[in-house]
Amino acid sequence: MRMIKAGAAALLLSLVGVAAAKDSGRIFVSSEKDHAVTVLDGKSLEVVKVIATGERPRHMQFSPDHQILYVVASDSGRIDLIDVATLEVRKSIDVGEDPEAFDVAPDGKHFYISMEEDAAVSVIDVGSGRQVAEIEVGEEPEGVKVSPDGKTVYATSEVASMVHVIDAATHEIRNNITVGNRPRRFAITPDGDEVWVTSELAGEVTILDGKSDRIKGTIPFKPKGFRDEDVTPVGIVMTRDGKTAYVTLGRANHVAVVDVAKREIEDYILVGRRAWGATLSRDEKTLYVVNGLSDDLSIVDTGKRRVLKSVPVGRVPYGVVVDD
Amino acid sequence: MTEMTANMKCRLRAILAVAATAGMASASMAASIDFGYLGLTRDDRYHEDRVYARNLAQGEGEPEPGLAVALRESRFNAKAVGVELGEKQVRADDAKGLLAGIERLYGEGTRYFLIDAPGPVVAEVAAAVKGRDLLLFNISAHDDVLRQQGCQANLLHTAPSHAMQADALAQYLVFKKWRSVLVLQGPLAEDALIARAFERSAKRFGIKIEARRDFILSNDPRERDQGNVGLLTSDADYDVVFVADSDGEFARSVPYRTVRPRPVVGAEGLVAVGWHWSWERNGAPQLNTRFERQAKYRMSEAGWAAWMAAKTVVEAMQRTGGADFGKIRDYLLGPEITIDGFKGHRLSFRSWNHQLRQPMLLATHNAVIERAPIQGFMHQTNTLDTLGFDQRESQCKF
Repeated sequence: MRMIKAGAAALLLSLVGVAAAKDSGRIFVSSEKDHAVTVLDGKSLEVVKVIATGERPRHMQFSPDHQILYVVASDSGRIDLIDVATLEVRKSIDVGEDPEAFDVAPDGKHFYISMEEDAAVSVIDVGSGRQVAEIEVGEEPEGVKVSPDGKTVYATSEVASMVHVIDAATHEIRNNITVGNRPRRFAITPDGDEVWVTSELAGEVTILDGKSDRIKGTIPFKPKGFRDEDVTPVGIVMTRDGKTAYVTLGRANHVAVVDVAKREIEDYILVGRRAWGATLSRDEKTLYVVNGLSDDLSIVDTGKRRVLKSVPVGRVPYGVVVDD
Repeated sequence: MTEMTANMKCRLRAILAVAATAGMASASMAASIDFGYLGLTRDDRYHEDRVYARNLAQGEGEPEPGLAVALRESRFNAKAVGVELGEKQVRADDAKGLLAGIERLYGEGTRYFLIDAPGPVVAEVAAAVKGRDLLLFNISAHDDVLRQQGCQANLLHTAPSHAMQADALAQYLVFKKWRSVLVLQGPLAEDALIARAFERSAKRFGIKIEARRDFILSNDPRERDQGNVGLLTSDADYDVVFVADSDGEFARSVPYRTVRPRPVVGAEGLVAVGWHWSWERNGAPQLNTRFERQAKYRMSEAGWAAWMAAKTVVEAMQRTGGADFGKIRDYLLGPEITIDGFKGHRLSFRSWNHQLRQPMLLATHNAVIERAPIQGFMHQTNTLDTLGFDQRESQCKF
């Protein structure tokens, strides 16, 4: 039913021509089991188009100019480049077996990709699609994040319980920091001073010093009424001023709102089942959270700190980004 | 005697000489942690007929690849603390042979041993190394006695006990309100242990055992009341049939042959296992892929338990920052450790009997239906302790 509706919408769009370029307000959700990215209208929340991608699309990022949406298709071993204006897959870059997450260098020239099967971070030249370097890391690397100055690349290894700190210029590992079990994803303060990493099994965030690579602190999450094993923080997003962090708590079906400076949890917001991917709108008044076990997208009012609406998306949604 | 001493002195001098020439290099040389893998030359549990039948609670092959996978995926962790990980295998006909292997490896510095053998062999080997500064991981024997009266401090269990398996299944039956059960019990010694464990769980969770009947593998018409599933399941009312069959040959012919249209659990239909290849959460697909690549068959419970044993040592090594046996042992068995078993919970060893607390997967042939402890079964400290012998039931004295 959903597919038919989406198909009709796509047809309509192709008739009138998809003229809207960037800042379209559209919401993009990758669905691991649909092999597609679902595009929603930012206002009506109706499906605009379902874009077929490679198999098992997971992490997504925009190019710095927002013209291109990069989508990792894990089971096809490639990154699909979607034209944000036309919503067509323009090109695919083969990157090797089982890529999961990635980041784009601030200058847009390189991808840093976690290669889950190979236990490596792969550096790919975006223009040529060629591999520049491969850095061996711990087993099952996942989150990858480039520091704001582009000089450092952070990667987690879920199995080794480590954050690997990689020098972006030399591609050498500068430090391996043991953190809470099953580290997943990052957020970095705008000045690069603090690197926050979620630890899924430990149920906490570890805060690393961006300069010394030392652990500065941890924030355990203990929402009321949940067993420890259900508190599984994975996704994390920070406001541009670096004052507030939103951490998705997986099986605990909540998002934690954290005061970054005080390292205090201000609130827990109820969302859908197994909340992972999250992103903020440009005005930071809306938080989008995808729920892997309820196949929906929660739209959260960050002022009121509650869900305004839940929108069904594809099967096992992984990530969400907004073009605004 | 004097000759031996002289010999030893000679060897000691040689070692010292090597150390001296190596100079500074020896100081920065990696410490090592070796795992001794102990398996029987002939183990009926892996008889080709049994493996061929793919009985539900049975592995498709030996668990050893689990250890190899654990060491491979821990290279980075080991390198970070300057430790080299290694594996040495011992194959022997019996407990005595395995013990000779332990002595040899112990002499070479090995302190961590994994034993894949039936309960009585594990008991004999364990008893002979009682009190020694080594850790023996039981990776496949389910016998409750090894966790109760037969427990010992340096014997650790990553394999779940019969009690844990039975409790997991019982929780599921209660959750489904399938509270009345017909028990079919086989003639093997382990079948009786399984049936007894289930009786304990039934009492614990309020399940009624309507009848308990003995089965045998036989086509003899004179014994048909014990060999024929139709006859064995008639003249009683029940919600479920529980089959206590450690061999699995009989159990696989029970589903669809019962007189009443009732689910079969225990050794067929729905089983409680420590691992199943169809588990899809908590990173399980990646682990399954690594195991299958190594073994050429799918990971099952004992394969997981072998992997897990080495991983617990690696976790303790990483957190204590080196290869010191005493430090690793204390951390490993302490309350601070968080062990990632790819089953979602934070795992650790029970202080009272050194059993690894862990969730159980309730699985059919190709799907995990539920994970125990099941929501709603409460515990004052750790819900995982609703499975198996809790502290107050423990008869273990170290």
